[in-house]
Amino acid sequence: MNLSMRWLKEFVPVNMEPRAFSEAVTMSGSKVEGWEIEGAEIDKVVVGQVLSIAKHENSDHLVICQVDVDSGSPLQIVTGASNLHPGDIVPVALDGSTLPGGKKIKKGKLRGVESNGMLCSLGELGLTQHDFPYAIEDGIFVLGDDCDRTLGKPIQEAIGLNDTSVEFEITSNRPDCFSVIGLAREVAATFDLPLTLHKPVVKGCGESCEGMLDVKVEEPDLCYIYSARIVKNVRVKPSPRWMRERLRSMGVRPINNIVDITNYVMLEYGQPMHAFDLRYIDEGKIRVRLAKDGEKITTLDGVDRTLEHTNLVIADANKPVAIAGVMGGEYSGIMDDTTTIVFESACFNAPSVRITARDQGMRTDASSRYEKGLDPNSCLPALERACELVELLDAGDVLDGVLMDNHSHSERRRIHLDTDWINHFLDLNLSKDEMHSILHKIDCEFDGEDVLVPTFRPDLEHKADLAEEIARFYGYNKIPGTCLTGSAQGRYTDTQRFENTISDTMLALGLSEIMTYSFISPKYYDKIQMPENDPRRKSVVISNPLGEDTSIMRTTALPSMLETLARNYNNRNAAAALFEIASEYLPTADDKLPIERKMLLGGMYGAGADFFTVKGAVEQLLERLGVMDWDIAASSEEYSYHPGRCAVLTVGGERLGVLGEIHPQVAENYGIGERVYCFSLDIALMYQYAQHEKTYKPLPKFPAVSRDLALICDDEIPVLDLEKAIRRGAGDLLEEIRLFDVYRGAQIEAGKKSVAFSITLRSADSTLDDGQISACMKRVMKELEKAGAVLRS
Amino acid sequence: MKEQLEAIRSRAAAELEQASDPQALEALRVKYLGKKGELTAILKQMGGLSAEERPVIGQLANEVRAFLEDVISRRAASLKAAELEKKLEAEKLDVTLPGTHREIGHKHPLTVVLDELKEIFIGMGFDIVEGPEVEYDYYNFEALNIPKNHPARDTQDTFYINDNILLRTQTSSVQVRVMEKQKPPIRVISPGRVYRSDAVDATHSPLFHQIEGLVVDKDVTFADLKGTLEIFVKQLYGEDSVVRFRPHHFPFTEPSAELDVQCFHCHGEGCRLCKGEGWIELLGCGMVHPKVLLGCNIDPEVYSGFAFGIGLERLVMRRYNIDDLRLFYENDVRFLKQF
Repeated sequence: MNLSMRWLKEFVPVNMEPRAFSEAVTMSGSKVEGWEIEGAEIDKVVVGQVLSIAKHENSDHLVICQVDVDSGSPLQIVTGASNLHPGDIVPVALDGSTLPGGKKIKKGKLRGVESNGMLCSLGELGLTQHDFPYAIEDGIFVLGDDCDRTLGKPIQEAIGLNDTSVEFEITSNRPDCFSVIGLAREVAATFDLPLTLHKPVVKGCGESCEGMLDVKVEEPDLCYIYSARIVKNVRVKPSPRWMRERLRSMGVRPINNIVDITNYVMLEYGQPMHAFDLRYIDEGKIRVRLAKDGEKITTLDGVDRTLEHTNLVIADANKPVAIAGVMGGEYSGIMDDTTTIVFESACFNAPSVRITARDQGMRTDASSRYEKGLDPNSCLPALERACELVELLDAGDVLDGVLMDNHSHSERRRIHLDTDWINHFLDLNLSKDEMHSILHKIDCEFDGEDVLVPTFRPDLEHKADLAEEIARFYGYNKIPGTCLTGSAQGRYTDTQRFENTISDTMLALGLSEIMTYSFISPKYYDKIQMPENDPRRKSVVISNPLGEDTSIMRTTALPSMLETLARNYNNRNAAAALFEIASEYLPTADDKLPIERKMLLGGMYGAGADFFTVKGAVEQLLERLGVMDWDIAASSEEYSYHPGRCAVLTVGGERLGVLGEIHPQVAENYGIGERVYCFSLDIALMYQYAQHEKTYKPLPKFPAVSRDLALICDDEIPVLDLEKAIRRGAGDLLEEIRLFDVYRGAQIEAGKKSVAFSITLRSADSTLDDGQISACMKRVMKELEKAGAVLRS
Repeated sequence: MKEQLEAIRSRAAAELEQASDPQALEALRVKYLGKKGELTAILKQMGGLSAEERPVIGQLANEVRAFLEDVISRRAASLKAAELEKKLEAEKLDVTLPGTHREIGHKHPLTVVLDELKEIFIGMGFDIVEGPEVEYDYYNFEALNIPKNHPARDTQDTFYINDNILLRTQTSSVQVRVMEKQKPPIRVISPGRVYRSDAVDATHSPLFHQIEGLVVDKDVTFADLKGTLEIFVKQLYGEDSVVRFRPHHFPFTEPSAELDVQCFHCHGEGCRLCKGEGWIELLGCGMVHPKVLLGCNIDPEVYSGFAFGIGLERLVMRRYNIDDLRLFYENDVRFLKQF
């Protein structure tokens, strides 16, 4: 919302630099986004009078003017314009002047004739014909009677191009501040200045409007009040300079007196106005009713629209003539031959306007005001103001009488002023009188212990709302800052700490943390080779996505990881090792929230990463987290992974996760020209099976013994089976198993492999003797033989 | 015999001084002091001496032995020192050659700063809670005093799943969930992902992070809100940071405010960093609206509270001078390794 400071001053005698003004009103709650001083870029352009015009000897289209700028002697200026006459008052850009856009004017010679400046057109001053309708577009701007024609005067002052326009951010709870008067009230309260409001007076032409229009509201819940006045003998013409100027400063383009009046009143009062031609109202009936499904209207913007039964319309006897609170119909506008118009001022239900505007896909100035909730009590004053302006501008003859159907019973809301509660709530110590004096500034009235809040402030409902009004005019920053009382201990929960440990371990293992979008494209499931009928293809679907790429909530975070690895690969990063604690969103019932499952995703390529790098990282993580007794088995079923290089981890019979090399086809789908290794682990399950308490185990007092075992077994037997056999055989005496060789080839029978372990045994309570050691090794061998391995001879 | 001993002493001393390495030294030791050494050989002849001579010569022989042993040990020490010297000389490195680096992982910059915020609030007695990202309209809007068709919904372009389920647009949704479950006193923060249908560009992302804060107890005042957040800002930006509270509007707080920090760069004068305003918007806050408390069955006549919401991305962008929000979600390792 832009505010003309000149207009503002009509109501509040505020006289401040824009910066100080903005700062102060920002701090009282009306946030200023910026300001602009009109004509600020213009320098050394003054009012001048053309004394004489002579032909240029060397040019057909140039003329030589002598111009009086009240500087002693006349200036000689050469111009190409053909619309000038001696005596014309014109803008003169002097030598060394600046025009909008930073254009500099210097004296010089034009075809050999000295020219000491430039005569300016509207465009060169940054204006258009909307600002000065009598000026021509492609010629020098000849100042009319509505300008100050004092020679030598800076042009900004002379033509009123010197207003300051301040841009406000208006929050949705303050529709009253979408108006000059609303902001004036805030400004007056901020600076403790008097607010002078004007009560509009309409003389009337002595002729009554009775019987000319029958107004009836059929939906009093959706239209609280509908009021109208009729103006005959309409004289459409440009509005005066002061009105055009104010509209321009507020960012509204002047059109003609009638349209300008509706806009002017809307800006001044915040009340949208509508003017329409009485000729097009069938049978002189106005009905405010709901549309019939399928009913049609062509709106002012020329669009044919189909209405629904939820849309409130202004209709005549036969058809809708306007969509209530949104936009008028095509034929309701003001035409050149319009003679009698109806000014309408009404108040509609806010959600109804909002839904209609949304359904019809059009937001207008009017709808954006109505949907925030307007005050029915401002309809009539605004209507009167419009008619007053009609008379002031001689735009027509206002008929006596107001046509109205009023269902509003908007009275001032009553709120108990609980001074103790407010003082305690704000930590202040204000008297009732002090509170009254602040609330009085924003038009509150008082009745005993109650505050009667103005009807244009529907946002004031509760004593907390009064507290805010008091606080912001008292000054938020004058309220002290205190510390919270009472004791409180903050700490991470066990699961949060567990996640921190996961993250720390990943970092220590050299994986960097990433953050990826939780929404993906359904095509990503194809990219990771998820089967067509996989239940995880059923995702939470966003009904209004930005695009397909971000249209569903992922049920697996693997595509996000692969996408990130691919981006790094494409950016020519030689290696990447990444992890993410990523949520997966698993749908439940349609009307229920999905399960948000946190997973740990890891992924890497390059820098020598291989299957055992990811496996090692996972093993070290599980060890660090205290997840024991997990099991691992080869799997060729994981569609995204290499069928021969993938393992599934389980714990307690549940699937803990998966790790391995990404399927070469999947890597190719992502355009990654390297082998890619990933893992994914279920965080909740890790937490569930983790040993959270650590216990100290005494350092060994007795020596250990090592035995190396070279074994032969079938190639198909997983090494893990042999390891498990050794564990079973050695029992408590086992301290460590270390695999140090796996060998296939020469000297080994085909289909077999040689596996070599180094086994460390130790007893906590004695030095092991030869008998114990050999008994233990015998048990180990027995288990190994059961597992299919024999000693290599 | 005495002469022989003296001769050994001087000859051996001279030879020992000449020994150029530990092996030569050892050979000399054996030659003179070994079982078959020259000194030992002389001592073996002592039996043939008279009773008067024996103690004299014996003493002399011991003196010579002690003397030679001393020479040997000194010579050994100096040879060892020389050898070490030589070794050290040979092992000299160009210490300006680069060190060997082990790959360590890097925290995402959003996490780095979020962890810092968490620590500050934990230190102030706040717990950390989480809530769902796919959320009921009720928690995200309605329970926060933003009914359907409320214009405040316009400022938060929402991704909907269906009429009642959406992607939360603010972590404020967690406020109501906490108050439904936990009775006051409440002191929590809730960081997390939020979603708004903004197209991706340098300053917008359809997904970003907020940190919500909520305090509810008896006697919590607007002054407590100010004091608590002032402490937070000083912890984050240093003791000398200047803040101001500016009235604003959020449907679920009353009074509402925005907290601005005076621009670190221009100290309030106005510069490019603060877009000429002299202040940088840091967070929104306010006293929990009585309607919100009532909706959670907390009596606003007995309890009061405040809430605040901080946008993480902007904070991090300012901290590290990052000018493009997209970098956070692109995760290029060259970016990640800088943090």
